[in-house]
Order: sequence, then structure tokens, then C-alpha cells
Amino acid sequence: MAAAEQELPKIAASVAARPARSLWRDAWFTFTRDRLAVTGLVVLTIMVLGALVGPYLWTQPATAIDFTIALKGPSLEHPFGTDDLGRDMLARVLFGGRISIAVGITAVVLAVTLGTAIGAFAGYFGRLDNPLMRLTDLFLSLPVLPVLLVLIYLFRESLQRSLGSEIGTFVMIVGVIGVLNWMAVARLVRAEFLSLKRRDFVEAARCTGARDGRIISRHILPNSLSPVLVAATIGVGGAVITESTLSFLGLGFPPDVPSLGRLLFDATNYLDFAPHFAIFPGLAIFLIVLAINFIGDGLRDALDPRRKI
Amino acid sequence: MGRFILRRLLVAIPTLIAISFVMYAILALAPIDPLAQFALDPRVPPEVRENVRRSLGLDQPWPIRYAKWLTSLAQGNFGISFMTRSSVSDLIWQRLPNTLAVVGVAYLVGVLIGLPAGILSAIRRNTVVDRVISLSAYAGFSVPTFFTGILLIIIFSIKLRWFTFIYDSRLEVTDLQTLWLQIRQSIMPITVLALFDAAVLTRYVRASMLENLPLDYVRTAHAKGLRERFVVLRHVLRNSLIPVVTLIALGVPAVFGGAIVTEQIFRVPGIGELLVTSIGTGDTPVVAAVVIIFAVLVVGFNLIADVLYAVLDPRIKYT
Repeated sequence: MAAAEQELPKIAASVAARPARSLWRDAWFTFTRDRLAVTGLVVLTIMVLGALVGPYLWTQPATAIDFTIALKGPSLEHPFGTDDLGRDMLARVLFGGRISIAVGITAVVLAVTLGTAIGAFAGYFGRLDNPLMRLTDLFLSLPVLPVLLVLIYLFRESLQRSLGSEIGTFVMIVGVIGVLNWMAVARLVRAEFLSLKRRDFVEAARCTGARDGRIISRHILPNSLSPVLVAATIGVGGAVITESTLSFLGLGFPPDVPSLGRLLFDATNYLDFAPHFAIFPGLAIFLIVLAINFIGDGLRDALDPRRKI
Repeated sequence: MGRFILRRLLVAIPTLIAISFVMYAILALAPIDPLAQFALDPRVPPEVRENVRRSLGLDQPWPIRYAKWLTSLAQGNFGISFMTRSSVSDLIWQRLPNTLAVVGVAYLVGVLIGLPAGILSAIRRNTVVDRVISLSAYAGFSVPTFFTGILLIIIFSIKLRWFTFIYDSRLEVTDLQTLWLQIRQSIMPITVLALFDAAVLTRYVRASMLENLPLDYVRTAHAKGLRERFVVLRHVLRNSLIPVVTLIALGVPAVFGGAIVTEQIFRVPGIGELLVTSIGTGDTPVVAAVVIIFAVLVVGFNLIADVLYAVLDPRIKYT
């Protein structure tokens, strides 16, 4: 007992000497102990770097047509083989990854912004809660993919005419995915706001004269970011899948913009004698989404204090 | 119980009407002419074109068209397809059974795989079994359904030549042989969807079981000397399924989304394939009807999930 008492000041001193640990540092600590999450982070970093820098390192053009080598399997010169027009598949997959990741991230930024705004208003202002949540329920019972297909069918031409075929398609796909995927975030944010707005620190902020806008943006919102971050991470994977599904159904990017889904769609006619044409873009989608899901789950474990027992 | 279902039905109907209104408004206000292809045909004189517009009711303002459409919809009349000139409800009734059969059987198979896998994974937490099951589940819901389909085609149709990958819609089951053919051509589309359903379900069941296993009531059940199997299946599983049912209900739109993709890959003549084809040909009445059918299916299955929820959780009163 006496020995333990002598030890106490030493322990206290060592604790005090330790660098201050914030929530984010704590979360990072937990995250790096999760082997799957770290693997996901490494794989995703490689894929993103590949998509960003790859086209500069792998200098074969993604658009050079050469019919003499059409639909050839993997070789040293073309590690992923060639497509039906003899274009290098590695270059096309790298480029496609760039498009798919860009669509995924932009669509999620839109969805999270919408969801956070709607959830914050519903959670903070009692009057708006019921109508906004009815709206959320309505969107949740929409058959998402059919509605996406219809929206694209209806607005594709006019958007492509006004913005050009590439930017027009990008804006449209990002827009419809964002507009149809904000509901989960809205529910999460609303739940956080409902529980946080009754806390003492919010009361204290109000007593110092802070207005609603400031309380929402500076006091409640930063404290409700963790579940949003997790939902956003997993949402990027979902958006990548949705984009490739749309392209796969022929309602996504035009043939000259090789998103990963578009590559798969082009490959479906040649499955019997050129399976590599479909397998490499498909594997790329799979790896991106799998890595994102691992990261998302790792983040959830790291950021959710209730799970730390 | 009856009153509970009735009340939920009364909530479901306004939802459906709202969805149909929004869909119809979007279709009507979109910058696309449902008769665009028809109008481009130089052989059609303008007055005939006007007559066709009038006969299809397209000369009236869209809120009136919507009201008329909704009234006939309520009587089971979905209108006439612009392209095939046949009744939309005939087209849908021909195809809906295919979609429901594929989705239904796939879900059943998914439950038969996912439920035991999730339970096993949870009670053998952090063992090799758990790792294998969890990793497979991760892979299963990270792989897009169209890629699973393509992989199955490459492996089983092209390399092994076990199944044909084109679904023969004219096949009628009359005897054992045609039944066998029907099963053979349904295996791959069903497998694609079942693997996805199983993966999602495994994760939900595992997570939910893990939340319940350390609770006091489980220790009490063990302490009374109940057998392990009984504790897991009767106590933990039943309580774990409550949140799972909600999660499944939220996932219903994704299930039907997967069905659209699967039907497209394997050319299964279901309503998803009808939707994609009609979008391609600009057949607005069919598009509107199929979207409404999908909305009805999603709302309907949500309703079923709600009822199941009430059955599983005795704390919820039916009133």
C-alpha cells in the first residue's frame, strides 16, 4: 500500500508528461490498431495515387486505336490486355478509376451537405422536424435505381447540350446520386442534434447571446461530425457502385469517357473470348469499394465512443 | 393486429400517391417529348401527329393528365404503351411474376445462408471461422451485382459450359425436363442476388448478435442451465433479429435495384428489364407504370417488415 502511494506521483508525472490526446488522435490510435482498416487505407491510397499519378507514369495513351491488337490478353506490353478497339486496358482502367473516384467523392459531398442541412434544421427547429422527416421517409421509400434511371433518361440530353457531353454527364450523375442519397445522413444528424441541443454547453452558448446560426454551426455541428464522417466514407463506396451500375446499364458516361462501369458495359459483348476486358475494370471497382468499406468500419469503431468498453 | 396493419396501410397510401405525383410531375416537366421519335418521322403529316397527341391525351395540361392517370391507375388501368400499342398492365403482368420469383427465391436462399453464417460468426467471434465468414461478407457486399453476374457467366457458362447465360423466356414448364431447364437457367440470376442478400444479412445478424451476447439476460439464461443452442436460438437470436428487420426494410430498394441489373445481364424478362428497355425507346407510360410498381413493392415490403417487427418485439403494441 505504502509502495503504491509512492508510485502514484510518478505515474501522475508520466501521465502529465504525455502529449495531450484529442478525440481525433485517440481515434487515429484505435484506427491504426485495426488491421483490416489499415489494409483498406493502404489499398485505397495506392488506387487513388494510381488514378491520379498513374496516367503520367504509364504513358501509353488510353485512346490510341489499333485494330491489329484488338482484344489481346494480358502481355508485357499491355499488362491488362487491350479492348475491342485495341486500346491499352491498363491506361483505360487508370483513367476510369479517376472518373469513378471523382464521381463518388463529389456525389457524397453533395449528399452529405444536403443531409447535414436537412438533419440540422429538423433536429434544431422543432417546427420543421415533422415535415422534414416525412420528406426523408418519402425519399427512403423511393425505388432508388429506377428513379435514377428515369431522371437520367429525362435530363441527359438537355444537360449534355448545355454543358457538353462529358461535364454534362458528370454533373447529372453526381447530381442525381447526391439528391437520392442524403437521407441516411439527415437521420444521423437529426438524432445527434436532438440529443445535443439540450446539453448544458448549448445552453451556455445561448446565454452568452449566440444566435441560432452560430449555435448550429459552431457548437452542435462539430460535435455531431463523427457519424457523418463514417456515413460519408461508406457512401463514397456506394456512389462508386451506383455510378458503375448506371454506366453498366448504358445510362451513364458516353463511350468516349471510360468510367469503370462503362468499361464493363463495353466488355459484356466479348466475355467469351476476352474475359480480361471485363475482369480488370470489375476488380478495380471491387477493390475500391472493399477498401472504402474496411476504412468506414474502422472509422466507426474508432470514432464511436460508446463502442470503447 | 388487424388494426395495426390497417393503420400502416393508411400511412402507405399517401406515400405512394406522393411518389406517383412527384414521378408524374418530373416526367411531364422534363425537357423531353414522349413522341419525339414519332415527330421526327417525315412521313407523318402534322395533323396526324396532332390527332395522335390528342388521342393519347397529351394536349391537356399535366395536372389534369395526372388526375386522369391516377384515377385509371386506381382501377388497375395503366394506360397504353406508346411503342407496342398494347396495354401497359398486360406488359407488367407478364413480367412481374418473373421478377418476384427471382427476387423472392434469391432472398430465401440469402436468408438460408446469411442467418446461420451470421449466428456462427457471432458465437465464434475472433476465431478463424468468424474471420472467414466476415471477410466473405465484406467481399460479398463490396462487389457490384453486375460484376458477380459477369464472373458467373465467365466461369460457369464460358469456361465450364454448365449453364447458358441467356434466359429463354418462351420456356414453359410442362414436364420434369422443362422444369429442370427452368431451374438451370434460373440458377445464375438467383445466385447473384442471393450472394448479395446473404452478405448483407450476415453482417447485420453478426453485429446485432454481438450486441446482445454480453447482456445480462443471456447470462441469466445460461445460469438457469439452459443449453447453449437454446440460449442462442431462442433468446439471443430473437432479440437480435429486431434491429435486423429494420435494416432489411431500409435495404429493400437496393434489393430491387440489384434485380434490375441482374435481369439486364441475364436477359430475364422481368419488370426491371422492361424499365431499361422502355427508357431506351422512350416509352413514357411504361416507364411511369414500372416506377410506380417498384414504389408499391418497396412500400409493401417496408410494411411487411413493420408487421414482422411488431411480431418479433412484444414491447410494440399493435394499437
